[in-house]
Amino acid sequence: MKRILTCALVLVAAGAILLTGCSGTAASAGSSQEEQASAAQEASEAVSEAPESSEASEAEPAGDEVTILVAAAASLRYSYDDELIPMFQEQYPHIKVEGTYDASGKLQTQIEEGLEADVFMSADTKRMNNLKEAALVDADTIVELLENRIVLIAPADAETAIDSFEKIGEAGTIALGDPESVPVGTYAKEALSTLGLYDAIQAKVSLGTNVTEVLNWVAEGSADVGIVYATDAATTDQVKILAEAPAGSLAEKVIYPVAVVSASQKKEAAQLFVDFLGTPEALAVFEAYGFTSNV
Amino acid sequence: MDISPILISMKTASVSIVITFFLGILAAKLVADIRQEKVKMVLDGLLTLPLVLPPTVAGFFLLYIFGVKRPVGRFFVEYFSVKIAFSWGATVLAAVVISFPLMYRSARGAFEQVDRTLVHAARTLGMSEWRIFWRVVMPLALPGVASGGVLAFARGLGEFGATAMIAGNIAGKTRTLPLAIYSAVAAGDMEGAYDYVLIIVIISFAVVVCMNWFAARERRFARREKA
Repeated sequence: MKRILTCALVLVAAGAILLTGCSGTAASAGSSQEEQASAAQEASEAVSEAPESSEASEAEPAGDEVTILVAAAASLRYSYDDELIPMFQEQYPHIKVEGTYDASGKLQTQIEEGLEADVFMSADTKRMNNLKEAALVDADTIVELLENRIVLIAPADAETAIDSFEKIGEAGTIALGDPESVPVGTYAKEALSTLGLYDAIQAKVSLGTNVTEVLNWVAEGSADVGIVYATDAATTDQVKILAEAPAGSLAEKVIYPVAVVSASQKKEAAQLFVDFLGTPEALAVFEAYGFTSNV
Repeated sequence: MDISPILISMKTASVSIVITFFLGILAAKLVADIRQEKVKMVLDGLLTLPLVLPPTVAGFFLLYIFGVKRPVGRFFVEYFSVKIAFSWGATVLAAVVISFPLMYRSARGAFEQVDRTLVHAARTLGMSEWRIFWRVVMPLALPGVASGGVLAFARGLGEFGATAMIAGNIAGKTRTLPLAIYSAVAAGDMEGAYDYVLIIVIISFAVVVCMNWFAARERRFARREKA
């Protein structure tokens, strides 16, 4: 009995230590994130408090430093953080770029509620148009920069005769995003319906509740083929692209537009960044991440 | 309402409980017969693991063993042309792995409650060990074993995490009730989810009441024996 009690006590103690340890790190992680966010805000506030001096200095690269905040769709995070922002800062050492990434719809709401972003890049034209109509982005700065295509993928090492969307019926199992809840699934359904294939393949379609699930099903070989964005396919070398959706199978292309936010106090720097995104070097980076240039 | 998830879930839970039932009893007997306490503890820990780990971890291991690119999975594809992942069989596989510990633990508990003197008496009468197990131990342990089976059935019916990973979400083939509910909620279709939720709640409730009935019968037997 005594041994059982000690055993139980030790277990409880171990559990308590684990718990406090976990919550400790979780709390510190949370606070460091908050610190970052508030630091970003402070930085942008600090500059916006002195708009005249910063605007004056932007013309001369040697002048005071400015910091711009770029609000971009979550799918742009890695291309921005890992490559484009460092490239831009190398060209314009006096401009510091900070990125905030989230679903385009959430970013739209945040900008409407006063997020002091200087540049906005959306994963669809709808969000951009909403902001344009509300005069929250400068209409003449909008560039429909990128296109994200939907592609048919298979496991990287698979030998398959399927080389087009039209042949998708030859696959044993097909992974799609659930058209009811996953945007790329909605596009996949639209493309396959246009081709007259969607109803015929129902018996072998496994519907994922997010893109990662679809991607992993194919990467593991559980599904023979799947449909995802080209940018999703580019995140892993475990899948290969078999085909792009045929032209005309989607009523509207998936466009990523970028624009300068109207409320920005640092429009010159913001415009420099938008222009930079359209340069061949920047577009080459986007293409490495699976995007297609649309300019 | 599409009734295929209900049928698939019932079919999966029914087939998996047959497998789980006998596997669980077998494992319970083997572990209960082990003499070395330490071996027993470790083995018991391993067999209970799927109960205490998140089902996604079980799904991870299943994928690691039975996935198309993994040893066992590839063996099945190459020699039998059978793809385990994303087949209906995979839903059974997931349900068996997840519900097994409930069956095993209930059965082991029930076996260890059986009066050892009865077993010894049977031995003096010259019965073989397996005959003793089926004719003496099993009948005495039956209420406990049966309630374990009922619990395992309910757990198999509700299996979600491991199923989604190894069996996917194919309508009419591997989309079980929990997966149908998850898909409906993810799509914001609360009405559609409501029907499935109602059905699984009714079945699960009936199952637990059924288990209580077994437990009550067990107590009645115990009282009668004392009297």
